[in-house]
Amino acid sequence: MSSDFTFIWVAVGALFDPITIAYALAALGLALHFGFTGLLNFGQAGFMTIGGYAFAIGAVKLNVGFFPSLLMAIAGAVLFALLLGIPTLRLRADYLSIVTIGAAEIVRLSVRTPEARPLTGGSDGLNGTGASFFALNPIPDTFSINLGPIHYTNDMVWVRLVGWITVIVAALIIWLLVRSPWGRVIKGIREDEDAVRALGKNAFSYKMQVLIIGGVLAGIGVIFAIMPSSLQPDNYGTQTTFFIWAIMLLGGAATIFGPIVGSMIFWATIAITEGFVSLGVKTGVLPITPVQSGQIRYMLVGLALMLLVIFRPQGIFGKKAEARFNG
Amino acid sequence: MVNDTTRPALHIGEAVPGCKKIDPIIIADNVTRKFGGMTAVDVPHIEVPRNAITALIGPNGAGKTTLFNLLTGFDVPNTGEWSFNGETISGKSAYKVAQRGQVRTFQLTKSLALLSVLDNMKLGATNQRGEGLLHALLPWTWKAQEAEVEAKAVELLARFKLDTKKDDYAASLSGGQRKLLEMARALMSDPTLVMLDEPMAGVNPALTQSLLGHIVDLKAQGMTVLFVEHDMHMVQTIADWVIVMAEGKIVAEGEPSVVMQDQAVVDAYLGSNKDRDLGELVAEIKREVAAGADPALAGDDLSLEKE
Repeated sequence: MSSDFTFIWVAVGALFDPITIAYALAALGLALHFGFTGLLNFGQAGFMTIGGYAFAIGAVKLNVGFFPSLLMAIAGAVLFALLLGIPTLRLRADYLSIVTIGAAEIVRLSVRTPEARPLTGGSDGLNGTGASFFALNPIPDTFSINLGPIHYTNDMVWVRLVGWITVIVAALIIWLLVRSPWGRVIKGIREDEDAVRALGKNAFSYKMQVLIIGGVLAGIGVIFAIMPSSLQPDNYGTQTTFFIWAIMLLGGAATIFGPIVGSMIFWATIAITEGFVSLGVKTGVLPITPVQSGQIRYMLVGLALMLLVIFRPQGIFGKKAEARFNG
Repeated sequence: MVNDTTRPALHIGEAVPGCKKIDPIIIADNVTRKFGGMTAVDVPHIEVPRNAITALIGPNGAGKTTLFNLLTGFDVPNTGEWSFNGETISGKSAYKVAQRGQVRTFQLTKSLALLSVLDNMKLGATNQRGEGLLHALLPWTWKAQEAEVEAKAVELLARFKLDTKKDDYAASLSGGQRKLLEMARALMSDPTLVMLDEPMAGVNPALTQSLLGHIVDLKAQGMTVLFVEHDMHMVQTIADWVIVMAEGKIVAEGEPSVVMQDQAVVDAYLGSNKDRDLGELVAEIKREVAAGADPALAGDDLSLEKE
């Protein structure tokens, strides 16, 4: 019996998982894009792909070590933001959404082509990207933590520790930014760009800064997800972008803690629903096959999101008044 | 509030369309803007007098708002150049125009709904250090300036009787209050020229008086005002100079009392059939259409009459 309920430990583990870290940072970046500035970025997965591959190529192919690889990821995300932003940010908001969703797919399909295999590993992706990062680990090999049946090695603790410190630093930076006069300008752009331009602010420049900062967060975050496992191009398709949107809306679009807590709840919920569904299948309560159960859990997540949007449209941390005036 | 008759002359020579002003703040030449085959604005020369209230009037579709958009950098002309305060600003972006002290408001009010009234105001202040990305991260570099901006905003809000609303979302204001907020916000930048696009549209009569007072105040404080308006009573009351547009062209200019008597203005604004019964006119147009006259022309007349 006890082994059937290990999924509860898996769900608790998911709260702090490197995947959760990656999505928290990507969703925080998206909150800056959409929640605070009104930019419709549907290509956050593209920023993750760019950041992930720039880092992985630096770490595995060029062997330049952790920090130079990190810088490559940041530079990659900045370049991608400039490439997307320069032609689209002067246009109406919807153009950015079309371009970003397309560009993210172009990036994913480009890195997984067989021709790019020597550099990107093609559809197999890249492994062992975390070697230089784990070499920096000051936690001794003998150290480990047991969470129920799950065993965390010193490297697993190390990546989570650095990852969450990064999340906290990023949240602090975004918090400082949005409560400053700079933040007032970007919120003004969200409400009405022309009004802000009429007050003498260079709206294009602010939108570009926002696109870069939010994209870099996604590009850095993904590193924590790929270092302990591997970089797979198909993990960063449009579904990823929509998960990030779901996480951001779940927590509250124009909030700092929303995307972070949203990511934790999202991944824990996925683990719990998966556990319950497979338990139901095993005991015969649910008349479905194990293959179908994989789809069922996403339906349950979808249902949960619908209920959230209906009953708490501002998200968990959002202000109720904002949703009222929006509707 | 009532016009004094002893005000100094603003123009040089005869008050004809495009006439020279003694002290112009805006001088524009050969401004044209075409939308497809339609010429929305075709102005060979226009000068706006400094430290005066100038009204830009004309029927719907006359090109007033288009001219506004061009002069403020929100639209790009097909041809034309203009200067503001002696500096050429044609081709400059909207935000650069605003930074030079030429601010505008919009026909459809652009209050920033999910910002507080106070934040709306603070956004209007110029040269804020904290609006730069790096300074934003270092609050001690902009806190002092922020306090100054806030004090100024509160003072302006009090003048516009919005101070009790300062912590509310702008979305919660009435239409008239949003007009007031937009005007107050524009004043945060200490502008030289304030351009108001239909400041009275949708404002109830009780607020109209206070809005008129605020506009006259602007002039008293040394600013120049250019506004678009349909309300003839308002134009008569506060304008020092009136420019009349029709079908993209300036058809008349002059002091309000004089220009309202101008036949071109009466034709453009009220239609050449203003003294006739509408039913009789429609019947006549129908007869003309039936007799094979140009139906497009008849349609034009009719649409003008409806306004």
